[in-house]
Amino acid sequence: MSTDKKQPDEVETTGHSWDGIQEYNNPLPRWWLYSFYACIVYALLYMVAYPAWPLVKQATPGLLGYSTRANVAAEIQRFDDMNAPIEAKLVQAELTEISADPDMMNYSVNAGAAVFQTWCAQCHGSGAAGVQASGYPNLLDDDWLWGGAIEDIHLTISHGIRNEQDEDARYSEMPAFGEILEEEEIAQVVQYVRKLSNQDHDAALATSGETVYLDNCAACHMDEGTGDRFQGAPNLTDAIWLYGGSDEAITYTVENARFGVMPNWNTRLSEAEIRAVSTYVHQLGGGE
Amino acid sequence: MSSTDQTPQRLYSAREPIFPRRVSGPFRNLKWWIMALTLGVYYLTPWIRWDRGPNLPDQAVLVDLANRRFFMFWIEIWPHEFYFVAGLLIMAGLGLFLFTSALGRVWCGYTCPQTVWTDLFILVERWVEGDRNKRVKLWNAKWDARKVRLRVTKWVLWLMIALATGGAWVFYFTDAPTLLKDLVTFTAHPVAYTTIAVLAATTFVFGGFMREQVCIYMCPWPRIQAAMMDEDTITVAYRDWRGEPRGKHRKAEGADKLGDCIDCNACVNVCPMGIDIRDGQQLACITCALCIDACDDVMAKIGKPRGLIDYMALTDEPRERAGNPPKSVWKHIFRTRTILYTTLWSAVGIALVVALFIRPDLDLTVSPVRNPIYVTMSDGSIRNTYDVRLRNKHGEVRPFRITVSGDPALRVQVEGTPYQVVDVPADTSKLQRVYVIAPNGSAPALDERTEVRIWVEDTSNGDRASAETVFNGKGN
Repeated sequence: MSTDKKQPDEVETTGHSWDGIQEYNNPLPRWWLYSFYACIVYALLYMVAYPAWPLVKQATPGLLGYSTRANVAAEIQRFDDMNAPIEAKLVQAELTEISADPDMMNYSVNAGAAVFQTWCAQCHGSGAAGVQASGYPNLLDDDWLWGGAIEDIHLTISHGIRNEQDEDARYSEMPAFGEILEEEEIAQVVQYVRKLSNQDHDAALATSGETVYLDNCAACHMDEGTGDRFQGAPNLTDAIWLYGGSDEAITYTVENARFGVMPNWNTRLSEAEIRAVSTYVHQLGGGE
Repeated sequence: MSSTDQTPQRLYSAREPIFPRRVSGPFRNLKWWIMALTLGVYYLTPWIRWDRGPNLPDQAVLVDLANRRFFMFWIEIWPHEFYFVAGLLIMAGLGLFLFTSALGRVWCGYTCPQTVWTDLFILVERWVEGDRNKRVKLWNAKWDARKVRLRVTKWVLWLMIALATGGAWVFYFTDAPTLLKDLVTFTAHPVAYTTIAVLAATTFVFGGFMREQVCIYMCPWPRIQAAMMDEDTITVAYRDWRGEPRGKHRKAEGADKLGDCIDCNACVNVCPMGIDIRDGQQLACITCALCIDACDDVMAKIGKPRGLIDYMALTDEPRERAGNPPKSVWKHIFRTRTILYTTLWSAVGIALVVALFIRPDLDLTVSPVRNPIYVTMSDGSIRNTYDVRLRNKHGEVRPFRITVSGDPALRVQVEGTPYQVVDVPADTSKLQRVYVIAPNGSAPALDERTEVRIWVEDTSNGDRASAETVFNGKGN
C-alpha cells in the first residue's frame, strides 16, 4: 500500500535530525507515566512496611513485622501440630504393628529417613551401607550382630552398643588373643575361621585350628561358628565381614579384638523419632 | 542535532476517548456469533458433568492441581504426561502462525479475549448510555445526577460481568457446584477469592477503560504478528486507488474527478481502535472488519459497489489498479508458508493423538538405587535395589506382579511382602522398593553389569509393561 499519502507533518517529530534522519515523537500514554509513579509510591510504602534497609545486625524491621524466620518457625510448628496425632499413635503402638498400618508406616519411613540422614548417616552412610570392612555395619543386608527384628533395632538405637553412658546398652567384649595364644595358634585359628566361611585356606593349619577355636572361641561364636546375638558375637560362617575377611584382617581381629561402639539416642531423639528411624532401618531390605 | 529552537515536546499524552458507533453487517454478525460461542464455552464448560466412576471427579474439564491430574472428558493427563500440554501449546502457537500468515490478525479481531470482552463492554455501554453521539454528548456533559446515574449503572454492570469472568476461571480448578456453594457462603479458600478479585479487576479495567491501549501498548502479539504477515496475507485494507481523491460534495463542480470515498467517516466512527483505515496498514488495526460493514452500508446507499474497504492481499493492488480482477483468495492462502505451518501443526496434532491412544493404562518407571550399587548378603548373593514407580490409571485397584528378565539366575523380592504381587489403589501411583538378587557365583553376581528388564503384569487381565535397567555385580 502506498505510504506517500502520509504527509511528513502528520506525526510530530522530535526535531532531532541525524544526517537527515528524523525522529518521530510518539508520546507515551499518560497512564503509563502514572503507573510508573504508582510503582515508585508502592516501593516507598514497601520499604516502610517490610524489612528493607540492611543495617549492621539486621535489616530495618518494617511496620508489618514480617519475618521469613518467623514464617519458617510457624510453618514448622504447623507441620509439628499436623504430625502430633500420628506420633502419639506411633508411641503407643506395638512395634510389630507399625508396618501393618499404612499411615504409621508411611509416616515412619519418611520421618525415619530424615532422622537417619541427620543422625545416623555419619557412620552408617547416607545409603545405610555402612563403611565396608571398617566396623560400621551395613544396615541393608540380612546379617545382624544384635538381631534384626524391629524390637532389636529399637533397643539398639535407644540404648546404643557397648556404650557406658547408658546402663541398658548391650555390652560385650572380645578378649585380645594376642596376649593369650601363641602366634602359631593364631595362624591356625585364622585358617580355620576362613574355612568356616568357605574361603581359601591352608587345610593343615585349619585342621589344627579347630581345636584352638573350640577351646577359645566357641563359647561366644558357637561350635559351628554361627555366632551369638545375645552377646553380639558375629556369625563367622557367612559372607559378611564387618572388619574384612582377609588373612591380615582376621589375624588383626584375633590378636587385638574389636570394640565397636554406638551411642544411645534416647537422650537426643524423641521416642517417636526412635520408632520412626527403627522402622525405616527395618524396611531397608534386611529387617527380620 | 539540528534545531534547538523547539518548544518543549510532549512526552506523555492522555488517551483519546473512543466512541465506536453501532454497525450492522455480515462481519458484525459473525463477531456476535463468535462472542456468543467463546463466552459460552468459557462460562459453561466447568458445569459439564462427566461420569468417571466412584473414585474420580465427575467434572468434564478439571485441572486438579492438588491431586496433579488434568481431566478433559474421557482423557486424563498425569504429571509425567505433561508433554501433551506442551504439544497443545505448540499447536496453539503454530495455529496462530498459520492463521496470521493466511488471514492477518484474525485472532485479534475476532477471538482474542481482550477483543471479545471489550466488545461485550461496549455493548453494555451502548445499552446504558446510547449510541456514539449520545455517548460523546455524555462525555462532554457536566457531572449531574443523570450522568452519575448512567455511569454508575454502566460500571455496576461491567463489574458484574467482570466478577462472573473471574468467577468462571476458578471453577476449572475444582468441583464447580461445591465451589459455588462455598463461594456464596464465604467458606471457600482465600486463594479462590483472591483469584476472582484479581481477574475481575483486570477484566473491569482492561474491558472498560484500557481497551485499545492493551493492544497497542501492552500486548506483544501485534509486534510479533508483523513478522508472520507478508504481502499475500489477506487483511483489511482500503482501496485508495478506487476511493481517492475523496470528497463530500458530490454535486459540486469537478465532482466527476472524485473517487468513491465520500469522506463520511463511517469507517472511523465504528472503529473500536479509533484509527482511520484509509491511512493504510497500521499497528493499531486489529482487523475486526467493522469498517468493512460500515463502508459497505454507505456504498449501498450511494449506489456504488461494495468493497471500498475490504479483506484483500496487498499483492493485488497493482493488479486492481490496472483494472484486472484480483487473484483468488485461495491462491493467496495456499502458499509455501501456510502449507508448511499446516503440515507442522498437523504433524504435532497427529503425534499427540497417536500418543494418546497408545499410552498404556499401567506404567512404570524404574530408578536403580545407586547408594550402594549392590549389597552382599550373608549367603554371598548380590542384591540390587530399585525404586519402581507403579502407575495404575484405572478406576479400580489392580494387583501388579513384578518379575525380572535378563538372566535366569535372577530372583525378585518385593519389600514389605513375601509375594511378588502388590496392589496399587485406583488412579494412583505407588513407589515400591524391589530387590533383584543374584545367587553367589552366578553370572550376574560376578559380572560388572547385566542388562535386565523389570516387568509389571496386571494379574487380573494380563496387561504388561516393562522398563530397562541395569544389574550391578561385583565386577571380577
